[in-house]
Amino acid sequence: MSAIQYLFAFNGVVKREFWRFIQQRSRFLSALVRPLLWLVVFASGFRAALGVAIIPPYETYITYETYIAPGLCCMILLFNGMQSSLSMVYDREMGSMKVLLMSPIPRGWLLVSKLLAIALISLLQVYAFLAIAWLAGVEPPVIGLLTALPALVLVALLLGSIGLFLSARIRQLENFAGVMNFVIFPMFFLSSALYPLWKMRESSEWLYWICQYNPFTHAVELVRFALYQQLNIQALAITLGCTTLFTVLAIISFNPERSARSGPPKG
Amino acid sequence: MNKKPLVAALLLATLSGATQAATAYISNEKDNTLSVLDLDTWTVTDTIDVGERPRGIELSKDKTKLYICASDSDTVQVLDLATHKIIANLPSGEDPEQFALAPDGRMLYISNEDDALVTVVDTETHEVVAQIEVGVEPEGMAVSPDGRWAVNTTETTNMLHWIDTSTYELVENTLVDQRPRYVQFTPDGKQLWASSEIGGTVTVVDVDSRAVIKNITFEIKGIHPDKVQPVGVKLSADGRYAFVALGPANHVAVIDAKTFEVLEYLLVGRRVWQMAFTPDNKYLLTTNGVSGDVSVIDVDDLKVIKSVKVGRYPWGVVTVN
Repeated sequence: MSAIQYLFAFNGVVKREFWRFIQQRSRFLSALVRPLLWLVVFASGFRAALGVAIIPPYETYITYETYIAPGLCCMILLFNGMQSSLSMVYDREMGSMKVLLMSPIPRGWLLVSKLLAIALISLLQVYAFLAIAWLAGVEPPVIGLLTALPALVLVALLLGSIGLFLSARIRQLENFAGVMNFVIFPMFFLSSALYPLWKMRESSEWLYWICQYNPFTHAVELVRFALYQQLNIQALAITLGCTTLFTVLAIISFNPERSARSGPPKG
Repeated sequence: MNKKPLVAALLLATLSGATQAATAYISNEKDNTLSVLDLDTWTVTDTIDVGERPRGIELSKDKTKLYICASDSDTVQVLDLATHKIIANLPSGEDPEQFALAPDGRMLYISNEDDALVTVVDTETHEVVAQIEVGVEPEGMAVSPDGRWAVNTTETTNMLHWIDTSTYELVENTLVDQRPRYVQFTPDGKQLWASSEIGGTVTVVDVDSRAVIKNITFEIKGIHPDKVQPVGVKLSADGRYAFVALGPANHVAVIDAKTFEVLEYLLVGRRVWQMAFTPDNKYLLTTNGVSGDVSVIDVDDLKVIKSVKVGRYPWGVVTVN
């Protein structure tokens, strides 16, 4: 296998993902509407107009909208990562992935290509969200929008790889509802996306520790710090470690023949 | 007479003056201290013990001394800025809270909250020159840039009292909204801005006619109107903006000083009280009593860039080069 063939496959996966993205405009909209609803409705209902106490990386008092913006960026990455990866359940049986998986290109490379493609598309949505949030008064430093880019890519890969790992264990797309309930919601709510962890600790010590062990918390903090031009080493180490772990796990457990071998799905 | 030591001292003073960074002094009401804030690094470099319950603070005209209202010590203290030592206690009458220095730098007008009096003290002779009866609970104090008027506010009488500084007599009163707390003349001396804490308004008065020109009201989305309690007022030297500290609303209102329109509300720390511009007029510092910190507002961008912890219940703030 030459490098050109690898690139060819990568190009194919990314292009296909873009085509899908362009054709599913409603998905793009819904991916934007979800965090915007949180920003506009939830944040104003929260009534934190008197300011959130100062915690790093912030240097002064901030509005609640400003606090949840990085969490909502990660929410876009979370939903996209899960949705796109889980579409592999369908793709590997009937879609283009089925063809690709039969090619001599290593499965690992195809899956990483798929993860990168998902990440690229998610980033478009994140920046579209940040642009609208800017109009709503969430104004991080302009350079922060750039320094956040690598953090966002890494988080997109993390969430995509978790999704891919799960998709290897799911037989039917209908199970997405279960993933919503048991993966996406707990990951999002039991994190620092919506409330600072010290506040969580005030109400419950064990909830605080669950949040601490949730990789999504560290993903959010990585993005939050990067958005203010700071590097949170702990968050970076945990996010990087988990990304590697889940990517490897996804590649190992991804078996395109499994659904075929196990016969018709049992519902 | 040997002039050498004098020349050397002068040279030293000039040199140290040139190298010294701009500094802010903040009175901490609960700690009985002043925090010294370096305005280049935004860090507290020193904490000075002063009298009990320090509130209003003012810089002397030559910028070498600081006058401090030590309310519970019933005195106005004089702090030497070079040595950070208290060098004198001025007679102030009981419970001094706010005061104002006349433009010539000599007479200090002090409001005595419990006695319904304004005490005028000569800072050179350290003697009380006059005591003027005003309304109940005197609070805010300002002297016009031309030195003609001293204006005092009384919290219970809800009035601005105009004192003629040539005769030390109260010549006129202006009724404003409930609980006037603070007054400030515009740099050109043509207008007087007065904040009313309970009324929730800022009143702009024409100095020549002593007539009210405008009553400014405030409304912040998501914050109950009762919490909007205007206290400190600062007018930018270029005449562009007026900044109003809104107390427990935790916001500073930015007002177009020409149209009297509220342009923006800036989020700062809890219970924002008094404010001061840095010597270069680039930043405005706010004291936030309940959160015990000072917020820094970038005046050009109208953005809060930082909040720095100081002592407990910071009250007044003064900056010097």
